[in-house]
Amino acid sequence: MKAYPLEVLSNVQVSERYWHMKVDSTIIDESITAGQFFNIKCGEGELPFLRRPFSIYRINREEKTIEFLYLVKGSGTVQMTKFVPGENIDVFGPLGVGFSLKEEWDSILLLARGVGIATLAALAQEAAEKNVKCVAILSARSNNDLLAAETLQGFGATVVKVTEEDGTSNVENVQRLVNQLFEEHDIKAAFTCGSMRLSRLMQRSAEKRGIPGQIALEEHMGCAVGVCYACVCDVRGPHGINSVRVCKEGPVFDLEKVVLT
Amino acid sequence: MTKNLKLDVKIGSLHMKNPVMPASGAFGFEMASLFDFNELGALVPKSITKYPRGGNDTPRVCEVTGGMINSIGIQSKGLPYYMEHIIPEYAKYDVPLIASISADSIEEFAEMSEIIGKDPAVSAIELNISCPNLEGDGKAFGMDGDLSFELIQKVKGVTDQPLIAKLTPNVTSIQEIAIACEEAGADGLNVANTILAMAIDIHTRKPKIGNVMGGISGPAIKPIIVRMIHQVRNVSTLPIIGCGGIMNSDDAIEMILAGASAVQVGTANFINPLSMIEVLEGIKEYMVEYNISDINNLVGKVNIPSSTTTLY
Repeated sequence: MKAYPLEVLSNVQVSERYWHMKVDSTIIDESITAGQFFNIKCGEGELPFLRRPFSIYRINREEKTIEFLYLVKGSGTVQMTKFVPGENIDVFGPLGVGFSLKEEWDSILLLARGVGIATLAALAQEAAEKNVKCVAILSARSNNDLLAAETLQGFGATVVKVTEEDGTSNVENVQRLVNQLFEEHDIKAAFTCGSMRLSRLMQRSAEKRGIPGQIALEEHMGCAVGVCYACVCDVRGPHGINSVRVCKEGPVFDLEKVVLT
Repeated sequence: MTKNLKLDVKIGSLHMKNPVMPASGAFGFEMASLFDFNELGALVPKSITKYPRGGNDTPRVCEVTGGMINSIGIQSKGLPYYMEHIIPEYAKYDVPLIASISADSIEEFAEMSEIIGKDPAVSAIELNISCPNLEGDGKAFGMDGDLSFELIQKVKGVTDQPLIAKLTPNVTSIQEIAIACEEAGADGLNVANTILAMAIDIHTRKPKIGNVMGGISGPAIKPIIVRMIHQVRNVSTLPIIGCGGIMNSDDAIEMILAGASAVQVGTANFINPLSMIEVLEGIKEYMVEYNISDINNLVGKVNIPSSTTTLY
């Protein structure tokens, strides 16, 4: 990890609330894994004051670029929309522990909500590279927020979309879909990100079937390197429940170990 | 040209080769790959408590204009782990280690200081007297002159280590606390801890911090800290460590001119991991520019016209 000056190659609005940015990662001389994140300096002023953590949306190793899909929400992301191609931005990372696809996991199920879809898209990309069959349930407010579905489909993933707009994103329907897809595709591992409610659902469903999985967590961060203990969560260990750092021991954790509140 | 500069500073018997160090809680081994710790004046690991502590509810940080509010709750693995794993890790560096201690009672401060003070890898102890006195009314020790005196005196009796009292800015008169600490035998004063603050999300109407209130740090508080350093300098001869809102070398020099002999950098490390190194370089450049050969000659050198009658 290091603060790299990375050149912005493109930064465009892709839907009402989402933007997509691609940066040149040629100078990053360390490995980057799906599920890891970068802490981006969004501006020079007094607000936004802190950096903002973003998981990686796509890692293009041959092209030496990385991509971020971000939801414009507060002062940091509003400032980010002003980055222009050719500009060098201060990108600190790669940080944290990413996903790990075990060899025996030849068929995986992803359940993502909102901006969590961006995090799991990088995993779908890795699955495609490793010839792992990938099935994804993507949940969002509206179809307009589900543009990343095409990216996942581009990686060969089977995608099921659910939205408030269509009245399909309720827990009962998602539970029904999860059950169905687990059976239909002989799922070996489950992954989730973006919604506490859906994560609990996935945790219960995977546990019931004895299927392992991983979850990418989000939390407000201070340092993002593990020194300040601002971002913590509880995980079950051999000696009981431990409070661990999302930025350092995570943001990806074993699904069965995380205590979801 | 910067080679002839005299940057070393002393706090009691603690000798540092330069005045720049991290603030407790904003520094750790996790940063070791980012820069050479041997460049720093001292290393200050996160405050330790006697027993393991889980810390506060999340969110533990929130951003505000020009700063952040935090209420971590001193998540800690306890003193035995600290002695066995953390101190040896920092002892690898050729830089003095300042152990920062938090405790719930005066007795506990003394007990911990005695144990930590015996470790040859430790060069000084920073007493976080800004933490609440749980055997009293829950107010910070550092909010009461008599309690601060008693605490420092008690610790002074059990260890020969230089003692730095980390003062809380949440007081009516920081001078009163500074005098009490000096009279009790402190070797240095850290001015200061974070300032009690609160932020509310107007959409959810919830506090932005799990613990409702927290301490604000960052450039937003720097003028308050500069004022407090100036006030403390006027009533105490003890070396002062300026802490609160340093983002660059100009901020550090401002605190030195106000009366600080050394500085701690905290929140800035989160935004620019090389902050401390850049602060040090900037101080050197300033010294060259203004032909200052010894950093100690800058301490407290704010020019206040003699005719000025200051009302506080």
